Amino acid sequence: MFDFSVITSWIHALLTSWMPEGLAVFIECVLVGVCLLLMYAVIAIVMIFMERKVCAAFQCRLGPMRVGPWGTVQVLCDVIKMLTKEIITIRHSDRFLYNLAPYIVILASVLAFACLPVSRGLEVLDFNVGVFFLMAASSIGVVGILLAGWSSNNKYSLIGAMRSGAQMISYELSIGLSILTIVVLTDTMQFSEIVERQADGWFLFKGHLPALIAFVIYLIAGNAEVNRGPFDLPEAESELTAGYHTEYSGMHFGLFYVAEFVNLFIVSGVAATIFLGGWMPLHISGWEGFNTVMDYIPGFVWFFAKAFFVVWLLMWIKWTFPRLRVDQILTLEWKYLVPIGLVNLLLMVIVVVFKLHF
Amino acid sequence: MEITLELIVFIVLALFIGVSAILAVTTKRILRAATYLLFVLFGTAGIYFQLNYSFLGAVQLLIYAGGITVLYVFSILLTSSEGDKAPDLKGYKLVMGLLATLVGLGVCLWVTLGHDFAPEHFEHGELAVRTIGHALMSSDKFGYVLPFEVISLLLLACIVGGIMIARKR
Repeated sequence: MFDFSVITSWIHALLTSWMPEGLAVFIECVLVGVCLLLMYAVIAIVMIFMERKVCAAFQCRLGPMRVGPWGTVQVLCDVIKMLTKEIITIRHSDRFLYNLAPYIVILASVLAFACLPVSRGLEVLDFNVGVFFLMAASSIGVVGILLAGWSSNNKYSLIGAMRSGAQMISYELSIGLSILTIVVLTDTMQFSEIVERQADGWFLFKGHLPALIAFVIYLIAGNAEVNRGPFDLPEAESELTAGYHTEYSGMHFGLFYVAEFVNLFIVSGVAATIFLGGWMPLHISGWEGFNTVMDYIPGFVWFFAKAFFVVWLLMWIKWTFPRLRVDQILTLEWKYLVPIGLVNLLLMVIVVVFKLHF
Repeated sequence: MEITLELIVFIVLALFIGVSAILAVTTKRILRAATYLLFVLFGTAGIYFQLNYSFLGAVQLLIYAGGITVLYVFSILLTSSEGDKAPDLKGYKLVMGLLATLVGLGVCLWVTLGHDFAPEHFEHGELAVRTIGHALMSSDKFGYVLPFEVISLLLLACIVGGIMIARKR
């Protein structure tokens, strides 16, 4: 398995050889930031294209076909269109908060995105409280959505923002509980460590029953956390026009849109990392030849394959189920998912204490 | 004193915190004040991360930025109406406010300047989560199990109180 820290330490050595350490670290930070944002944008474009194609497939259509082969250039054209659109300023609104809100949402999303370990040696933020930090970072996004709804001076936006806030705060609980279940199994919160411990089997298999329950809860709660169907009622277009981003145009709307899709990727990436082994190839103990062959496939290919598989699962759910009502959403969370999650946590503790896992 | 990267980062964070804090108390719109408070909390978290205490930084982000600020914003959205602005402070209130600020500044300066800082006291590198967990849950000399349990009791009381207020008769 190729270790990318060879490249990063080579760059570090090169930079420190002809400039002071502080400046080198600063330049590296800028470089990492640029790479991160580039990857963020590319993933957003890929995700939007995938969404349109998957949606079309589930509705027996073809999706975008005219621009480029199989419509591949379509999303790029959409990006250019979005970039050149006018940004409308609305009257009687708090201009400062109105302009700030999309950036808070993006900030939360980028911070969470930086936590994902893409390959061995390619972790940007790898704290020993990594999982905890990820949840902290993603919880900031709610503030941006609430501010967007409030400062738009529009009742639909405000209702959408309140719904979204209530929903995201509630479902964060289930996400936390299901991640905690896996933390109990691994006894570490560092993402790189979590991936390393899955070298002899992914946690979905090692933790069997409780891990499976946690995975299902995580998928449901993750779908609700990023405000996607069947939990997309913050932006239910039939009743609220577009929810909290009704009044936004041009790239400000684009930022919300991009953040929503990348958040979906982040949720899937975290699911892939903590349940499906992240960049760790599929290893079956005893099958040495098989394991060696699997090791030849690079880590980032494994990571993206798993992450996009989970993305596809979530899109399948979105385009299959009808939208829930707001009281149904809160009932599902507080009366079903949270109690199940708590019992499941207890079950995992029993499994770990009596060493019933593989 | 030589200028290092750490010093520059600290100065940037300190300026950010200072300016946001002043804006938070001088702005007239309450939602803007909450937003500036969010910035102050971000800056404080940044300082914790600079000190390599990532656990406290993450807690700061999760509890204060992601929890308490959201609570503030929620309650502001539910209670205040569009275009609410705080009136100008006049006379007695202004004098008392300035006085309280000066007293607070004096106390802070007195404590900070009078404190004998131990040089390079903390170890570099992240503190293991295991250590923090053991400190939180142990009943030894430097254990925090009693405050931990008391806080959980307090939170339980708050939850029960909230249900009592919110439930339908």
